[in-house]
Amino acid sequence: MASVVPLKEKKLMDVKLGELLSWIPMRDFTPKGIAGAFQRGYYRYYNKYVNVKKGGVAGISMVLAAYVLFNYCRCYKELKHERLCKYH
Amino acid sequence: MNENLFTSFTSPTMMGLPIVTLIILFPSMLFPSPGRLINNRLTSIQQWLIQLTSKQMMLIHNHKGQTWTLMLMSLIMFIGSTNLLGLLPHSFTPTTQLSMNLGMAIPLWAGTVAMGLRTKTKASLAHFLPQGTPFPLIPMLVIIESISLLIQPMALAVRLTANITAGHLLIHLIGGATLALINISAITALITFIILTLLTVLEFAVALIQAYVFTLLVSLYLHDNT
Repeated sequence: MASVVPLKEKKLMDVKLGELLSWIPMRDFTPKGIAGAFQRGYYRYYNKYVNVKKGGVAGISMVLAAYVLFNYCRCYKELKHERLCKYH
Repeated sequence: MNENLFTSFTSPTMMGLPIVTLIILFPSMLFPSPGRLINNRLTSIQQWLIQLTSKQMMLIHNHKGQTWTLMLMSLIMFIGSTNLLGLLPHSFTPTTQLSMNLGMAIPLWAGTVAMGLRTKTKASLAHFLPQGTPFPLIPMLVIIESISLLIQPMALAVRLTANITAGHLLIHLIGGATLALINISAITALITFIILTLLTVLEFAVALIQAYVFTLLVSLYLHDNT
């Protein structure tokens, strides 16, 4: 089926599964593109959860939970030895 | 036990790459910049807190000293947020590293001293001799006052490092003791757990107080020199 919009400019959710493999290399992987991706992601989260009229504690606590998880993954190697088991 | 007590203070690496810069930059993500007249709740709360703190801290200064407001406010925000984030489980606190605290203390203190020497040379040198000292004591007192001046940045840095590191170590130790005591005697474990809760409350207070003290002392050195 012919696409009306050129493949390069489609967002991820509009790309059909068969076109996925040819869509991925078309994305911008330069440092500027990656920085743009981080910026877009940050503003998506910020505008959805924090920058609203009646924001709650969920906006910032999700960030802190992700931070805790990130640090846990970082220290996992040392934490492995502190598990409760018979033989270490 | 001996090895893993201090491993939480080592410089964080992930798969061999040092990510300590990312961790130092992380608190800046939690302070979004206010773009509008009426902002979202998070930004409004932060704005109110910063206005409260800046008024309390900068009122004692004259016009020249108040040009340091931005520096001191960002200092207290950075140290406060970094210390509070360090209370989350498994996180790394940059202010436990003496290198970083020296890097904050020495330039700020040197800036205040240099400013004093440049603008009010006689008055800043006069600080070395308190008023009304008996004549024979003068050489000794000048030496003592200059030593106490030179020790100010060291004291600033070591105070912050030692307080935060000691708090983290105590939490590690008492938490480990609670876990070890559960199998031995439940009541002692409960008492230790209560101690742990009180200690955590103290640590929250210490995190904020240390930020305040650091900034207050820098502002005091500034006041002496403007």
